[in-house]
Amino acid sequence: MYQYDHYDQQLVDERVAQFRDQTRRYLAGELSEDEFLVLRLQNGVYIQRHAPMLRVSIPYGLLSSAQLRTLAHIARTYDKGYGHFSTRQNIQYNWPPLESIPDILADLAKVEMHGIQTSGNCIRNVTSDQFAGVAEDEVEDPRPYCELIRQWATLHPEFAYLPRKFKIAVTGSARDRAATQVHDIGLQLQRNAAGELGVRVLVGGGLGRTPIIGEVIREFLPERDILSYLDAILRVYNLRGRRDNMYKARIKILVKAMGAEAFAEAVEKEWQHTRNDPALQLADEDIARFKAHFPRPEYRTDVDTAAVDPLLDGNEAFKRWYTRNTVSHRQPGYRAVVVSLKSPAQAPGDATDAQMDAVAKLADRFSFGEARVTHQQNLVLADVAVDELEALWRDLDARDLATPNVGTLGDMICCPGLDFCSLANAGSIDVASDINRRFDDLDYLYDLGELRVNLSGCMNGCGHHSVGHIGILGVDKKGEEFYQITLGGSSANDASLGDRLGPAVSKDKVADTMETIIHTYTELREGEESFLETYRRVGVKPFKERAYA
Amino acid sequence: MPNLIRNRALVNDDPWLHLDDDDAVPTSGDVTVSWQRWQTEKGEIGALNGRLGVRLDGDFPIEELDTLLGLPLIVVHFPAFKDGRCYSHARLLRTRHDYDGEIRATGDVLRDQIAYMERCGINAFEIRKDRAAEEALKAFDEFSVDYQGRSNRAFPLQARRD
Repeated sequence: MYQYDHYDQQLVDERVAQFRDQTRRYLAGELSEDEFLVLRLQNGVYIQRHAPMLRVSIPYGLLSSAQLRTLAHIARTYDKGYGHFSTRQNIQYNWPPLESIPDILADLAKVEMHGIQTSGNCIRNVTSDQFAGVAEDEVEDPRPYCELIRQWATLHPEFAYLPRKFKIAVTGSARDRAATQVHDIGLQLQRNAAGELGVRVLVGGGLGRTPIIGEVIREFLPERDILSYLDAILRVYNLRGRRDNMYKARIKILVKAMGAEAFAEAVEKEWQHTRNDPALQLADEDIARFKAHFPRPEYRTDVDTAAVDPLLDGNEAFKRWYTRNTVSHRQPGYRAVVVSLKSPAQAPGDATDAQMDAVAKLADRFSFGEARVTHQQNLVLADVAVDELEALWRDLDARDLATPNVGTLGDMICCPGLDFCSLANAGSIDVASDINRRFDDLDYLYDLGELRVNLSGCMNGCGHHSVGHIGILGVDKKGEEFYQITLGGSSANDASLGDRLGPAVSKDKVADTMETIIHTYTELREGEESFLETYRRVGVKPFKERAYA
Repeated sequence: MPNLIRNRALVNDDPWLHLDDDDAVPTSGDVTVSWQRWQTEKGEIGALNGRLGVRLDGDFPIEELDTLLGLPLIVVHFPAFKDGRCYSHARLLRTRHDYDGEIRATGDVLRDQIAYMERCGINAFEIRKDRAAEEALKAFDEFSVDYQGRSNRAFPLQARRD
């Protein structure tokens, strides 16, 4: 993975010193609330319902075991012994005292981590495919490009005070696992007919209160031009994006207002000035240097690929886990392992300090000392030899990290909700828990097949409800928690926004309604149809009729 | 106490007077006017003894920047420190148009933004009157490295920064 040189390290160290001084000036009354707000947000510090919240950047979801141990240390030393992995591949701590945050950031800097630009109206953490570099369907490893963009975006002087937050996702595979169609900018690495590498550029996607699928503004952009083109998009947005109404300030509103074609024209016009600017054009050696940071691991050549088969036959629990929580790998004899953070006993995406330490240890032992965070709020050990899978499974299982539910109804995406977040209108963790209790039969979950259930506690949509096959959105109705249900969303290649089932239901009715939806699906499905396929064939009507019968 | 910083130094004797659109033009001395006023009155004001500068804000169309290049001073106005539009104007003036006169920030200009402003090419800062410009000078020393370069330096990718 990418390792800092003295230059990167100096920048992060100086950022810690800067924030320490800003915090001191705030506490001394030299900075107003409003002035400090912007500065702390750009370092990941929110003031939440009960306490400050610190969001730490995990660039494109990649973690070394040393970094994971530091995240565990922070949870243990400064917080209440756990952290929450978010849909943006970051981690959030819910209880750090403001006075301690400079020290936390200093601890993070020692392992090449920070909270820079994890919040605020700036370019946020670049996200990507959790199976980058190991996926069988990969055209090109997106991580070197993510790192290039990370550096370009970090403390960018022109784009630090944008109209609103700005999120970029990059994928390098045929299957889009990075939700690139619902980001401010989505980049899809691909080769053109001549075999040259470049990206398809999408803009104006996003979730939140106005969910929109992004539009392609350029089918093929050569890789050398990625930064100059991003620069052009950001400048058009910085100058023309609305600043009078924060709910209309995202780039998606600008793209809708101008029309994708006119927006693309404006970008192309701006880009003509900079496309040959040597300060922004990537030279082959620049790209090669970044690629050299992501070599293929030294895979074992003596993996006993047959060793796993008898174990699968003899051990039903292991077989379930192998089937649901491991993924095929481009290296023969290896699989990628999804470490489920969706045990019914824990809030979705939460991990305790002991669990993080355990995964760090297992990463060292089984997966070249690296782990990844997925936007579905699980962890991944990407490079595990199949003859070591059973040993890994036993260790994960002992830590409640092997719930064999990945990709099923139990693998819910869920924001922190009303329990923590000051934006939320309704609880989400307790609703996830109700649903888990209702659907506690694993065989039944497997029979239901691939099913993405996404929960958000408010319309800001951190739980990606708009693109859940089943989406659940918490709303406040006269002080009571209600939930609006949508069906048919997706953030994959066939991206779509869910349709409203009907009027919101009260909290105690969510699990019942889910049950009715699921029963309707199992009655209507034909053959091996997934929930999404059935829904797209029959539409919302039969679901609606039964849910409100 | 002065509240003006130019080229990282406090300035005590700033000659520039910012005229409102309905202010009479003095017969001597250096003045700035709004871009709107400049468009209609530049001939008359320019015929006076002093120098002339123009003030623009985030609404200024970047296609018009090249009409300003002969001026000794361009003022970019920040009505609120969160309004980041004029960072783009400053950067384009320096990089696209090679403007080498003074670019001065006015308005909600505070210590914690001026280092970004400077990296976009703004070299003079009228610090908000309730804050000490001397204190703001410290901002320039907070970072010794950056990824994007100043307005006149290349993006220091790895290959270019060893």
